[in-house]
Amino acid sequence: MADSYFRQTALAPLGLAAKATDAPGEAGVLMSEHPLAEHVNLRGDGASVEFLQVARTTIGYALPTEPNTVTEGTNSRALWLGPHEWLLVAPLGTALVATLGRGLAGRAFAATELGDARAVIGLSGPNARDVLAKSCPLDLNPKSFGPGRCAQTKLSRIAAIIAQRDDAPSYEIYVARSVARYTWRWLEDAGSEYGVAIVAG
Amino acid sequence: MLLINCPWCGPRDEIEFTCGGEAHIARPADPAALSDQEWAEYLFMRKNLKGLHYERWHHSYGCRQWFNAARDTVTHEIHATYKMGETPPVVAGEDGVVKGGNS
Ligand SMILES: [Zn+2]
Repeated sequence: MADSYFRQTALAPLGLAAKATDAPGEAGVLMSEHPLAEHVNLRGDGASVEFLQVARTTIGYALPTEPNTVTEGTNSRALWLGPHEWLLVAPLGTALVATLGRGLAGRAFAATELGDARAVIGLSGPNARDVLAKSCPLDLNPKSFGPGRCAQTKLSRIAAIIAQRDDAPSYEIYVARSVARYTWRWLEDAGSEYGVAIVAG
Repeated sequence: MLLINCPWCGPRDEIEFTCGGEAHIARPADPAALSDQEWAEYLFMRKNLKGLHYERWHHSYGCRQWFNAARDTVTHEIHATYKMGETPPVVAGEDGVVKGGNS
């Protein structure tokens, strides 16, 4: 494993921790960067009851089979990316890939450790939906996109995964590390009319 | 802007999709038995219809699945979308006449 001394989040150079506030006041939009986590891309036959059962036994909860939804266990979450593809997110040190490798051994699957390829930006607050709606073609109306839903889409021309966590509403936005700063600046600019506060991730 | 109904994700904006051209072109069972002319027909020749067209689309910024759509090339109206492997739906035009179609 690489020396972790230089391992830092994509937005670390922006010094967000020093700018974070505990008292966002009237800010309509709260932004944060999530800490590093394990991201694992899992592929397998989502139409196979047997595969889904073994996967469930392995990670302790069922992979989502309903498109664009998220399921959650005690220590990780699974985002539906496609009928045979999921993104698993867990705290560092969970060793998801090793667990999946043992549990799914002998079956057709691929569990790929994504490392820190993606940055995760947290966006919440009463105007978070308005900010997203400025440049995301998703129907963000709570009737079609609410807590527990996720989608791969575009955000300001960037390929992004957007997941809604709660009714605040709170969203998490997964983008490639290389465009993390662009995405952050864009969201900050789009949110400026509502007041933006940086909070701890 | 078109609203395209991905068979997996539901209605999504056109910018998430890529069109993959004419659908339901069967690969010859024995390519080696074909003449150059026949192979070229398979590889390159397409219908270029004015009207109802069955075509492949890719939800490239979404679930990354290929699917089929029955689209009118004049009005851009998408009459139906359906998963790969499913039977193409029969679509009647405004005049009630079934146009285009699968061959
Ligand atoms: Zn889709």
